[in-house]
Amino acid sequence: MELALASFIGVLVAAGVYLLLRARSFDIILGLTLLSYAVNLLIFSMGRLVVGKPPILRDGLAPTLANHADPLPQALVLTAIVIAFAMTAVLVVVAVRSRSDSRSDHVDGVEPRDGGQA
Amino acid sequence: MSPTAHLVIAPILLPLLAAIVMLVIGSRRIAVQRSIGLVSCLGMIALAAMLAWHADDGSTTVYLTGNWAAHLGISLAVDRLTAIMLLATSLLALPCLLFATGGWDRRASHFHVLFQLQLMGLNGAFLTADLFNLFVFFEVLLISSYGLLLSGGRGPRLRSGLQYVAFNIAASTLFLVAVGLIYGVTGALNMAAVAHRVAQVPAADAGPLRAAAGLLLVVFCSKAALLPLYFWLPDTYARSPAAVAALFAVMTKLGVYAVLRVYTLVFGAEAGALADVAWPWLLPLGAATLVLATLGALAAPSLRTLSAYLVLGSAATLFIALGLASAEAVGAGLYYLVHSTLVGGALFLLADLVHRQRDKAGDSLRKLDHMAPKALLGTMFAVAAVSVAGLPPLSGFIGKFALLAAVPAPQATWLWPVILVTGLLVLVALASAGSQLFWRERSGQAPPGQVPPLRAAEVGATVLLLAMGVALSLFAGPALRYAQDAGAQLMAPAAYIEQVRGAVPRPGVAL
Repeated sequence: MELALASFIGVLVAAGVYLLLRARSFDIILGLTLLSYAVNLLIFSMGRLVVGKPPILRDGLAPTLANHADPLPQALVLTAIVIAFAMTAVLVVVAVRSRSDSRSDHVDGVEPRDGGQA
Repeated sequence: MSPTAHLVIAPILLPLLAAIVMLVIGSRRIAVQRSIGLVSCLGMIALAAMLAWHADDGSTTVYLTGNWAAHLGISLAVDRLTAIMLLATSLLALPCLLFATGGWDRRASHFHVLFQLQLMGLNGAFLTADLFNLFVFFEVLLISSYGLLLSGGRGPRLRSGLQYVAFNIAASTLFLVAVGLIYGVTGALNMAAVAHRVAQVPAADAGPLRAAAGLLLVVFCSKAALLPLYFWLPDTYARSPAAVAALFAVMTKLGVYAVLRVYTLVFGAEAGALADVAWPWLLPLGAATLVLATLGALAAPSLRTLSAYLVLGSAATLFIALGLASAEAVGAGLYYLVHSTLVGGALFLLADLVHRQRDKAGDSLRKLDHMAPKALLGTMFAVAAVSVAGLPPLSGFIGKFALLAAVPAPQATWLWPVILVTGLLVLVALASAGSQLFWRERSGQAPPGQVPPLRAAEVGATVLLLAMGVALSLFAGPALRYAQDAGAQLMAPAAYIEQVRGAVPRPGVAL
């Protein structure tokens, strides 16, 4: 499970970085979204991967991490998701306005001379 | 709990409440919004001064929000460094807001609300003792800075805004990766608790922590615009509205603050396998940034771009002070930080005044044009320039002198020339800008009655900011003493760690 999750995070980061470097506003939005997914999974996995253990204390179970999932990374991920969501919304608004003002969705506001899309 | 203990959280709550009240009032009644904003800024100065006075006995005041112990909940802490940053921010904020009330604030809806939220984010970032909470306050101040930067903007300003937003979101992602790694290895997020555990981490587990330390350095240095990460700054600052750009002068200092806090406390001298990871990088990069910023200032096409490069240069000087990692150098750096924040803000305000008082050329340094009240603006520019360039008798000289005196002999052979020659080149850049703006005339008569009169609030705000810089030179003795004490306190983080970790929740609080 660790290998699968680590590889998945790696693929998400690779795709996110690739999209980020394409320097088109829509690609950047998608790239940053993928990166934020990867980061959320990373933080989540930092509480260690456990199966079938709730993050809430229950009667009869000793309140240690051997019996429970770590609740703190889950709370951190929740915060990070909300913030990333808001930031994406801001970025979309700015990108749309910039696109309509400069008539190009390149981040420099002008089309590169060689056509841009290598 | 005595009421004064709650003072610690007041610099966060005051602007938050002010922003909420302003939202309810609505931006139509702008006179009420302006008065609330000014009252809030004055209140913040008073709060920061009280906290600075409290912190001067060398103690770290810890505030446990929600009355949870430090390693469980989020805690705030005030020491001398935090007090200095709070005071510098609030002293800068008041003239910026005053400048905006001259009329610019009508053009951007919700300017006053966003301004207060920005201050809330800054104050929170300075106060918090928790890494994840630091991230949250970074986001609070960033999202309001997007609003301040972009509201009412079009064309080129939106384009540089898009780059600024995308760049900062990417940096925030790296911040989260670093926080995740630190939590994964140490199981803590409170900086004092992390510092305590980092010192005990076995060498085998040090790899992820080293990666986290490097990532955090990248994030903070991108905020502070260190060498490979500064390309966003001159364009963004030069295109921002004056009051906003002046307030942003403190944003680069936030990056400096974060580096100083995290790398003295968590990865400081006592961090075992990870001791002092940052300092070897900061010294050469700071020096290189200083050289490039000075060249940028020499080549700047307009007064606002020149001011942006000078802000960049001041952040680079601070990184040199940090890279020396001695109590004297950091103390001198902190004095220089307050000085450069105030005078950097003043330059942006002044550039905007010049921009509007000139006939057609704006604040361009390439074209000659007529300008109306030359004596007033010229005097203000001269005071700001003397201060920035580090000439006696103003605060820039005192800060740089203290910094040069703190450079140890081995590094002095190459650092003194870098600092002194860049200082000279900055002086050349400012002198040529000043003579272009104030002494040389376009041939022909000035068009009569075309230049708008200066607004009292805007001139007053700029004069106030410059006067603060002069006051900093007049009271250089106590200010420098306070900064040196703060430097010494930072270089001995054991007391901070002990006081935060040892803070016990108050008994007898009804839950």
